[in-house]
Amino acid sequence: MVEDRRLGDMLAYIILTIGVLIVAFPVWLTFVASTWDAATVINGHMPLYPGPYFFENYNRILFIGTSSTTREPVVHMLLNSFIMAMAIALGKIFISVLSAYAVVYYRFPFRMTAFWIIFVTLMLPVEVRIFPTFKIVSDLNMLDTYQGLAIPLIASATGTLLFRQFFMTIPDELLEASKIDGAGPFKFFKDTLLPLSITTIAALFVIQFIYGWNQYLWPLLVTTKDSMQTIVIAIKKMIVTADALTEWQLAMATAMLAMLPPVFVVIAMQRLFVKGLVETEK
Amino acid sequence: MAQVTLSNVKKVYAGGVEAVKGVSFDIPDGGFCVLVGPSGCGKSTLLRMVAGLETISSGEVAIGERVVNQIEPADRDIAMVFQNYALYPHMNIYDNMAYGLRNRGTPKDEIDKRVREAARILAIEPFLERRPRQLSGGQRQRVAMGRAIVRKPQVFLFDEPLSNLDAKLRVQMRVEIKKLQRALGVTSIYVTHDQVEAMTLSDKLVVMNAGRVEQIGVPADVYRKPASKFVATFIGSPPMNILPGLVDGHGIVALGDTVLQVHDLRDDLPPQMPVEVGLRPEDIEIVSDDDAGSLPFDVEFIEELGATQLFHGKLAGQPFVMQAATGDVPAQEGRLWITVDPGKVHVFDPKTGVRLGKD
Repeated sequence: MVEDRRLGDMLAYIILTIGVLIVAFPVWLTFVASTWDAATVINGHMPLYPGPYFFENYNRILFIGTSSTTREPVVHMLLNSFIMAMAIALGKIFISVLSAYAVVYYRFPFRMTAFWIIFVTLMLPVEVRIFPTFKIVSDLNMLDTYQGLAIPLIASATGTLLFRQFFMTIPDELLEASKIDGAGPFKFFKDTLLPLSITTIAALFVIQFIYGWNQYLWPLLVTTKDSMQTIVIAIKKMIVTADALTEWQLAMATAMLAMLPPVFVVIAMQRLFVKGLVETEK
Repeated sequence: MAQVTLSNVKKVYAGGVEAVKGVSFDIPDGGFCVLVGPSGCGKSTLLRMVAGLETISSGEVAIGERVVNQIEPADRDIAMVFQNYALYPHMNIYDNMAYGLRNRGTPKDEIDKRVREAARILAIEPFLERRPRQLSGGQRQRVAMGRAIVRKPQVFLFDEPLSNLDAKLRVQMRVEIKKLQRALGVTSIYVTHDQVEAMTLSDKLVVMNAGRVEQIGVPADVYRKPASKFVATFIGSPPMNILPGLVDGHGIVALGDTVLQVHDLRDDLPPQMPVEVGLRPEDIEIVSDDDAGSLPFDVEFIEELGATQLFHGKLAGQPFVMQAATGDVPAQEGRLWITVDPGKVHVFDPKTGVRLGKD
């Protein structure tokens, strides 16, 4: 039986390793491509080990930009993407915590109607309402601004739902104890509800930051200036060039850079994130 | 310190359900009042109305001289201990106790003094820096009481505070609550469905059923002279035996072929009126079979409780339970002849359940 288990373990590891290789190989290839010069990448005989152009390529793309389509330095686009993703993540958390608080803890007329209206927006992502949304943003003169990038994406029901479900698991006695302890609605929210929601907030933050960072269609529509471009759009623009060679090594470097912030966010928030999804401190 | 007065308090929920149907009583300053009844009898609703967590549909609740119907829970000068303790899970024990005082703007050194004193009284000093979930049920219970004590309120409200504890701890905490309440002298209202807690803790017992008060009194009186069949069967363990009978003259009821003397029986009842006769399992005496007025009791099985034994069987065709100290009665199945002291026979109206006693 011992042999059998060892065999099973080995089989599991082999399958796991194959899986990891399949997932990791394209990422490795991207990294390798970003460390060679254009000629090596294009001629079809690129080695599978990193080349000597790492610093040159990254320095060029971060602080100078490509020579053709989009000439903005990538460090600026990273900043744009970061601002947009943060605004979306934080904005969503702010709005959904408040709306869930109202829906769960206040008794006002049409409370459930309000909740269902919020709920219905789940079925109306930006892609569905793209024309009216664009019209509104453009009428408000918010094209090529951070507000225009972030605000339409903030409105969505996912966060409200998540917090509503979480708040409903908090025992009523906690609210009642707060009332007797002299805490008003705002104090209860600040002193009890928010501290208890930390892990849920962290989980939502991770999900929404990555959602915001990966946005493609909406930023493509509302940004026209290179200076407002997000990094995801920039990669696309770098690859599709009309009358020049694609600088693959630079596009690949940009892709590597675009991957880093979400990875950092996940690593930094991992423990809180998992906690927020699986357990509650009660 | 204050007395609490309830006058004709009612609670009607939005759907028209009447949870509390007009309750009036008062609790003297420093008194310990226990509301007891089966679940759904309105006792918790009543307590929550005193706390201000439920609105009062009609009637008045006064704490001291002040009618508190429209006053926020925080301003009623009460403290409440919840069944599941309702401690703030993200705060340590110290902050849990200090929170209410901080919200009131009590000076820091005063808070510190009061929290440490409460911790000392309740023996939870070593845990002040810990979180509630690191404590056992009994310790959390103490913290919940500490949170009530530090406020120095006029009234303590307890909502089934011991029902989440195991049996042994429950007995221990029961004694501690009683001692603490004596020492602090704070008027208290305590809700429970456990009749042992109700009997031992209260100096005023309020038995409730279906939104109404069935009886108010000191525990011994409620036990000795239950005002209704409901109270008779609810208070006392094992519950009182209820047997159908007939009025057979002044102070006499007939149970099957035998008659029983009753001291506390109204004189104006028509003869042959059907009644219900209540006999407590612990009031039964064994006699020899030729004694006048003895009842035949067929024992079917015996439950061993250690100090006492429960004899289950049939009397006049009805299920019947007798309790006797172990060794007093031979523990064997078969026929026994029993009788009951005329002062310990309870007679109730079968229709209304009301006690048919004198006065």
